Amino acid sequence: MVNERQDLNRQLAQMLKGGVIMDVTTPEQARIAEEAGACAVMALERIPADIRAAGGVSRMSDPKMIRGIQEAVSIPVMAKCRIGHIAEAQILQAIEIDYIDESEVLSPADNIYHIDKTKFDVPFVCGAKNLGEALRRIAEGATMIRTKGEPGTGDVVQAVSHMRLMQSEIRRLVSMSDDELFEAAKQLQAPYELVRFVHENGKLPVVNFAAGGVATPADAALMMQLGAEGVFVGSGIFKSGNPRKRAAAIVQAVTNYQDAKLLAELSEDLGEAMVGINEQEIELLMAERGK
Amino acid sequence: MRIAVLALQGAFNEHEQVLQRLGVETFEVRQLSDWQQPKDGLILPGGESTVQMRLLSQLGLLEPVREAILGGLPVFGTCAGMILLSEGRLGTMDIRVRRNAYGRQLGSFHTEGQVEGTGNHVPMTFIRAPYIEEILSPRCQVLAEVDGHIVAAQQGNQLATSFHPELDQDLRIHQHFMQMVSAVSRLVA
Repeated sequence: MVNERQDLNRQLAQMLKGGVIMDVTTPEQARIAEEAGACAVMALERIPADIRAAGGVSRMSDPKMIRGIQEAVSIPVMAKCRIGHIAEAQILQAIEIDYIDESEVLSPADNIYHIDKTKFDVPFVCGAKNLGEALRRIAEGATMIRTKGEPGTGDVVQAVSHMRLMQSEIRRLVSMSDDELFEAAKQLQAPYELVRFVHENGKLPVVNFAAGGVATPADAALMMQLGAEGVFVGSGIFKSGNPRKRAAAIVQAVTNYQDAKLLAELSEDLGEAMVGINEQEIELLMAERGK
Repeated sequence: MRIAVLALQGAFNEHEQVLQRLGVETFEVRQLSDWQQPKDGLILPGGESTVQMRLLSQLGLLEPVREAILGGLPVFGTCAGMILLSEGRLGTMDIRVRRNAYGRQLGSFHTEGQVEGTGNHVPMTFIRAPYIEEILSPRCQVLAEVDGHIVAAQQGNQLATSFHPELDQDLRIHQHFMQMVSAVSRLVA
C-alpha cells in the first residue's frame, strides 16, 4: 500500500523528530531560525497571526520568495498550499520543496476534497484535530501529521485538546478486541488497515508533531509531554520581543522537556511573548477547515 | 554492554529499537548528567547536524564526547552522525563530508550495496544524505561506495555511514558495530 517514495518521505519526518520547525517570512529570519537550532523552516509570506489580522483570501507564497529561503539555509524548507489545491502543490513540487503543508492556515481551495497526496513525489504534512482526521490524511498520502491547534493565536489550548484527544483515541483503539476494530473504523471514518495498525502499534504510522499556538519553551515542553514528537512554532517566535533567544530556548526545551530546572532557566528573560488572542475572541476558527 | 544514544534531536529511538532487538542495553543522552553514566559505546543518530552540533555545544557535551571518542570509545554515526564525526565538527574522524550531497528530499533514495566486512545486499536508505568527499588519512578505511561516492567508512573505533541502517530491518551494520564494542571491552578487561 505504501510505495517506496512514501517510505522515504515518512523517514524524512523521522529525522525531524525531537526538533522545532519555525515559520519564517524572509531569508534573514530563516538564517536566524537555522542558527537558533530549527530542524526545518516553513517559508510563508505572512505568519498566521498576520494572516488572521489581514483577513481576505490567503494563498500559497510567491515561489521566488520560497526559493530565496531555500538558498539561505541548509536545513529542509517546507511551504504551505491551500487544502485541495492540486496546482499549488504541483508548483511547490516543481521548485523541489522538502515538505508541503496542505494547510488550514490558508483559505481552503476545496470544501470537500483534500489533495490525493499519493500522486506526488514530495512529502506532505497535514493538520488533524482528532484520530479520524489524522488517519484520513494518512490514507490520502500524508507522511507526517501535526495537530491543528488554533494558528496565529499564541494560545496553546487547542493544540493541547487535539493532542490529548488523539492520544486518548489511540489508547482506546489499543485496548479493543480484534472484532471491535471494524466498527471503530466505521466510526472514525478511516480505513480499517490504518485502524488496525494503530491498534497493533499504539501510535500513528507516521510522525506526529504539535502545532498551533505554541509561544513559550513551557508550551513546547507541555506538548512533548503530551506525546508530540516535535513542535511547529509559527507566529510565536517572530512576533515576540527577542526571536533569536526565544527560538533557541524553545529548541532546548524540546530536547530536555522533562527537566523542569533547565526549563526554568530557559524561560528567563525572553522578553515579550506574542500578545495572543483567545479562541473566544476570534471570528475565524482555522481548525474547522478541512475535516 | 551498555550503549549511549545521543538523543538531542533526530531518529535516536530507531537506533535504540535495533539495539534492543540485539539484546543490547541502551540509554539516552540529553544532557551532561546522562553522559556521565558508564558506557561501552556511543551512537550518533540521523537528524539535522546543525541542530545537533548547536545543542552539543550549548549543553557542554561537545568536548566530553570528543575526548571520549579520541580516548577509544567505540562510536557509530549515521547521516547527521557521520557529519558530526567529520572534519570541522567533532573532527575525530579523518573525513571531509559534503552535506545534502544528493540535493533536497526529491533526491532521497533507497538501494542495496556491499559493505566491506559486513556483506552483500545491505539495504541502504539515504535521506537528504551526505557522502564522504575525501578520506584525509590512511588510518581511515572505505567500507562502501555507491555510484562512486564513499558512503561508509571506519577508522579504528569509529564507524560512519551516510545511510540509515536503523530504518531497515537488516541488523548487520549494528552487529558489526557491536563487534567493535566487544573488541574494545576485551582490551580494557
